[in-house]
Amino acid sequence: MVTTLTDVRRARRVAEQVPDPELPMLTLADLGVLRDVEVTGDGTVVASLTPTYSGCPAMAEMRADVAARLREAGYARVEIRTVLNPPWTTDWITPQGRRKLTEHGIAPPGAAPRPASGPLPLVLSPTRRTVACPRCGSADTEETSRFAATSCKALWRCRTCREPFEYVKEI
Amino acid sequence: MSDDHVYLTLAEGHEDDARWAYGTGFEDPLHGVDTTVPEGVDATELAALCVALADDALVSAQRLAEWTTRAPELEEEVALANIGLDLLGQARLLYTRAGQADGTGRDEDAYAYFRDAGEFRCVRLAELPDGDFAFTVVRLLVLSSWRLAHFEQLAAHPDPVLSAIAAKGVKELAYHRQYAAEWAVRLGDGTEESHRRTRKALEQVAPYFGELFTAYDVRDEVVAVLRQVVEAAGLPMPVYRPLPGSGRQGEHTEHLAPLLAELQSVARAHPEATW
Repeated sequence: MVTTLTDVRRARRVAEQVPDPELPMLTLADLGVLRDVEVTGDGTVVASLTPTYSGCPAMAEMRADVAARLREAGYARVEIRTVLNPPWTTDWITPQGRRKLTEHGIAPPGAAPRPASGPLPLVLSPTRRTVACPRCGSADTEETSRFAATSCKALWRCRTCREPFEYVKEI
Repeated sequence: MSDDHVYLTLAEGHEDDARWAYGTGFEDPLHGVDTTVPEGVDATELAALCVALADDALVSAQRLAEWTTRAPELEEEVALANIGLDLLGQARLLYTRAGQADGTGRDEDAYAYFRDAGEFRCVRLAELPDGDFAFTVVRLLVLSSWRLAHFEQLAAHPDPVLSAIAAKGVKELAYHRQYAAEWAVRLGDGTEESHRRTRKALEQVAPYFGELFTAYDVRDEVVAVLRQVVEAAGLPMPVYRPLPGSGRQGEHTEHLAPLLAELQSVARAHPEATW
């Protein structure tokens, strides 16, 4: 079987459009967890996914969703591979993904922390981080909890419009 | 395909191969990763290391999950459950790697559900009962600082799978350590009662430091972090009086077996079932 560029493009487009199970306003491409899609010589579509958090309960769901969508699109042979390296960071979320998060009331992450060359220092002094309220845009916001309904989010509140909101924390 | 509403897409039927974070019979979390153990890496040692690190994480995750519905504030309950979930994820990856490396091909369920306490290699500090919130915070501070220091080193391990698991874990553990450190300072520097309890918790964890520092060169980093936190909290460094024995040799406290009995009860009652 001859694999054409069109096959790869089409398969890629199908996989890219699969929504994230926990942030369904984002596609897996927006989230940056779809690392690669290729079509092998025998026509198997191989999609590579990388996990966000080690314990992200949505990984199995993502794998199944991508496989199901590709099969529905007519690809009989589908393989989903896990890629661990380099590890996912929130920097992989695309500009489009960040815009969609804001539109849905979730503040997008800032720049992910750079890997330290030596031991990671523990900072106990209060750190100033400005997170704009995704509803009213005010910068007068505060963190209420660094952990929230999913691994990837923190809870914040806006002191201007008084609304609580979620924030995809940098990792 | 119901693309018209983002949440409707979630309700689509699956071919029974997608489930969330509970039950047994999950798809291998390392599916599609090259499982070769590189030349020069002792596969038996690699498997033993992965099992020990996975046991620490699984047992810690179970203890953290015990706070669900019982934590002092909803936010802390969510935080402790999230931390436990990260550790459970690390355990799954490490068990899977162990089964590949030791040549048995055992899956994560075989390690988690079908070994008895004497076969576990977790450090004893992980298995102690939760105690009060101060004890949970202090234990989490010690264990997360230690695991973080250890994973920073393992990110350079010659086995690419373990190295990748560790590199990912470092980011998560930094959040865990930060959470525990901030709470330790808040409690130590809080009321007379919270200070007293945090001080007591430090004395309770100190006898278990020995087995944390035997095999790996991370002692200085962990002690420096602990000193930084207790100084900020206005607490004294605990006196270290080591207990004999080590969980790494399969010598455990009386608390591990009941923890495992609960964790393993459903899987053992219905060994062929998946749910």
